[in-house]
Amino acid sequence: MPFRTPVLDTGPSTISAPSDAVSIVARARDAGRARGAVVGVVLAAGIAVSFAISVSVGDFPIPLAEVVPAIFGFGSPDAHFIVQTLRLPRALTALLVGGAFGFSGAIFQSLARNPLASPDIIGITAGAGAAAVFIIVVVGGGGLLVSLGALAGALGTAAAIYFLAYRRGITAYRLVLVGIGVAAVLSSLTSYLLTRAQIWEAQRATVWLTGSLNGRGWEHVRPVGLAMLALFPVVLLLARPLRALQLGDDTAKSLGVGVERYRRYLILVAVALAAVATSSAGPVAFVAFVAPPIARRLTRSSLTLVPAALAGALLVLLSDLVARRAFAPTELPVGIITGIVGAPYLLWLLARANRVGTGG
Amino acid sequence: MSEMSRATTHTLQAQELTLAYDKVEVAKDLSLSIPPGKITCIVGANACGKSTLLRALSRLLKPQEGSVLLDGQCIHRLPTKTVATLLGILPQSPIAPEGITVADLVARGRYPHQKWFRQWSTSDEQVITDAMVATGTLDLATRSVDELSGGQRQRVWIAMALAQGTDLMLLDEPTTFLDLAHQVEVLDLLVELNHEEGRTIVMVLHDLNHACRYSHHLLAMRDGRLVAEGTPEQVVTEAMVKDVFHLRSRVLPDPVSGTPMVIPIGRHFNVSEEDSIASGTAAAGVPGGRHA
Amino acid sequence: MVTKTAPRANSKVVGWERRPKGLVRSRSARAAGLAASLVLLGLVNLASIAFGSKQIPFATVIDALFNFDPELNDHLIVRSLRIPRNTVGLLVGAALGLAGAVMQGVTRNPLADPGILGVSAGASLFVVVGIYVFGVGTLLGYVWFAFAGALVASLVVYFLGSLGREGATPVKLALAGAALTAFLASITTAILLIDVATLDQYRFWAVGSLAGRTPQVAAQVAPFIAVGGLMALVSGRLLNALSLGDDVARSLGQKVGLSRAFSAASVVLLTGAATAAAGPIGFVGLTVPHVARAITGPDYRWILPYSAVLAPVLLLGSDIIGRVIARPGEVQVGIITALVGSPFFVMLVRRRKLAEL
Repeated sequence: MPFRTPVLDTGPSTISAPSDAVSIVARARDAGRARGAVVGVVLAAGIAVSFAISVSVGDFPIPLAEVVPAIFGFGSPDAHFIVQTLRLPRALTALLVGGAFGFSGAIFQSLARNPLASPDIIGITAGAGAAAVFIIVVVGGGGLLVSLGALAGALGTAAAIYFLAYRRGITAYRLVLVGIGVAAVLSSLTSYLLTRAQIWEAQRATVWLTGSLNGRGWEHVRPVGLAMLALFPVVLLLARPLRALQLGDDTAKSLGVGVERYRRYLILVAVALAAVATSSAGPVAFVAFVAPPIARRLTRSSLTLVPAALAGALLVLLSDLVARRAFAPTELPVGIITGIVGAPYLLWLLARANRVGTGG
Repeated sequence: MSEMSRATTHTLQAQELTLAYDKVEVAKDLSLSIPPGKITCIVGANACGKSTLLRALSRLLKPQEGSVLLDGQCIHRLPTKTVATLLGILPQSPIAPEGITVADLVARGRYPHQKWFRQWSTSDEQVITDAMVATGTLDLATRSVDELSGGQRQRVWIAMALAQGTDLMLLDEPTTFLDLAHQVEVLDLLVELNHEEGRTIVMVLHDLNHACRYSHHLLAMRDGRLVAEGTPEQVVTEAMVKDVFHLRSRVLPDPVSGTPMVIPIGRHFNVSEEDSIASGTAAAGVPGGRHA
Repeated sequence: MVTKTAPRANSKVVGWERRPKGLVRSRSARAAGLAASLVLLGLVNLASIAFGSKQIPFATVIDALFNFDPELNDHLIVRSLRIPRNTVGLLVGAALGLAGAVMQGVTRNPLADPGILGVSAGASLFVVVGIYVFGVGTLLGYVWFAFAGALVASLVVYFLGSLGREGATPVKLALAGAALTAFLASITTAILLIDVATLDQYRFWAVGSLAGRTPQVAAQVAPFIAVGGLMALVSGRLLNALSLGDDVARSLGQKVGLSRAFSAASVVLLTGAATAAAGPIGFVGLTVPHVARAITGPDYRWILPYSAVLAPVLLLGSDIIGRVIARPGEVQVGIITALVGSPFFVMLVRRRKLAEL
């Protein structure tokens, strides 16, 4: 027999571990986490400041010193009224809607493994829009009815997209494409409704479709507030499986993650957040798109959920401030500002990503 | 320090597997048993079903018929997290999320050992560190995975698979993007893991000579069927190479390891049929053959 | 004694994309198919003249064509409303079909549709600017603005979507288009909300319709569609080479940059003219090339003429449906094509193994 069965001579391994190897690794991991915490704190501070300014400025300016008392129910009756009935609910809606969109966008982008995925792109907000316009134009409803209709529209569209994209499981890619298709139909229907409406209804509908915080009161804060309260812990719990899912289906399965199951939960949560946020403020363009990449660039991390929510909240608060005051006394819908600011940033991201070769 | 006390007794078997993608049958009636504590390689031509078999063994693919048994139990009936603590697979094209650092990626391998309320422990840290030291990726700890070369990235993924800490390790073409030196380094590492920690290793390798050198047990596949099984000497013969790879060859003993070494003949070298097809055993120690 | 092993025809290839082969593969069969499609087009043409929001007996329609009597109202409807409308529908349909096919070939992307890629948003924005800033009020007036908008938007989207090593991939282009669409829509909305009169005018144009299209509209866009159409039909060879990838195309002697620019120019001309004439109509450009490809296989020299013929069939067909279901009014053709096109598109995404990204 010319062949010898190999006697593998495994002597002592030639690789020797440095004595502080464990601390090298620990430090590498802590560095990332510390940065995330710092970014979070800075964003939160920014939110607090913008919040205070939002409450303070307006046709009836309230000095900053009086803002905090007014929020908590003290202070002069005028300030109290304005703050409690107008500015506070509006600012809270802005904050919560931005946070919800930030979370939703972050989840979608991680699932799709594509920095350009977002609930608005995949047609859910188009569903909300079609339903809202229907209510405004056909039913002649206002305020709360529109919000409810939008919520129903968003959830119904999400279900439809999910089932249409389901073919022995969901791939994020198919979801995005089916969403684009469905969105086109819905926006077609929306345009049709706009042509059948009276001009003032069409105008009202157009304002809603852009995304607006005008006249948002406590009835708008409650649904988003409740949703965020209920879903925030769920998002945190799902963060770990999401981290595994980011590695690709095969690796995730190998690590013991029930891939289909967790993807379903994550999509559900992301859709619910986007739907509730849209029903409160309309499809505020691009927050869900832009906030996660901003957060990722700031924290240099591969998964940012809370920072994305904070970035979203800050973005909406600031945009609303600009929308309210930039052309005073005319109030622009906040969606215009986020769209005009968000989209160029996004296109720049795409250009950069493509140049580096990691786009798509 | 004998670490042979960790010798694994986890068994992995396939019983009459029929595997298909989208109703297209890829493999039929595969029955095999992975020898515990040994290194097994699956070889065969492209699209013969090697990767498919590996995926089925690791429960990534549900068989159309038949079953995969882990420790005697149907692997699809076991909770996936339990399986993840016993068996890990490194798939062919793993995806690294944008911006992730090496340390973080390796750390994600600890997922099956963590619960949501007990996220991180010192033993986790130690395991990750050991995995990075063993693959020589410790000095890359803070680097972003996107920036690494193909070879470095592959070693990082292997570190992650190591960090998962499973007794059974399945690897789908782990040496594909590596240069020769790194290929050998990775294979040497796997041999050490098998020898010192008793891990069972199953690999798909496209390089037949590496497969002969580094494995105890070989599975040769063709068109979705198992055509040969056994030690490299038993399996790799000129007849088998002709049958499975449609390649005429000479099989000689590797001068370094003594295992079979396949030398392809191709169309431009003239070697007679009688010389090249030996009678079952590679009696081709006889040099010469007619040359044009 | 060299033994050659014949490659086994292994039909059970797994993991390799099954390239769709056309139903009809021989040259004569394809020509016959094209002829049949032309016949179909002719029939649809007649139908679109015969049917409409007002029910006009068939005999009267024939009369109107051959024994025109300017006194008769019905004859006037046929001659001065339906025929020009039909002509515009033909031109717009052919333009959209060709533009979609060329776009898909240039970008190597089965999801390319001028509408999805942001071009219609560009046209819309410029139209709105035209209405608001320059007081443009007629269909004819929109033409140039829509053109310019289509040009700018398509350049931006294509430029952004093809940066980087991989070039234009389906999702990158679709999402770049969506991003640009949203941006332009933001600005458009801002203007619409500032000026209600603009909104009132714009919302009817934005749906996409063939109603009220006069012979002058047809005359205005026809030259551009003719030039663009000719450029498109001629680029069949170019697209075939491009579909093999830039490197292979270059090694075959193709001037890749120039070919792309040439094809892109034809797309802009065609889409700009079509959107200018009828407003933004989606999905014709997306779905028809796929139907064409399913019939002919991946040869662009055939896909292009088939698209040019089948797209007007879809468009005019949708127009007929729109006029008939809501008598005496009509549902604009832009709505119907999306309702018809989208289910098809979703089915396409579900069934076809599109290359993963």
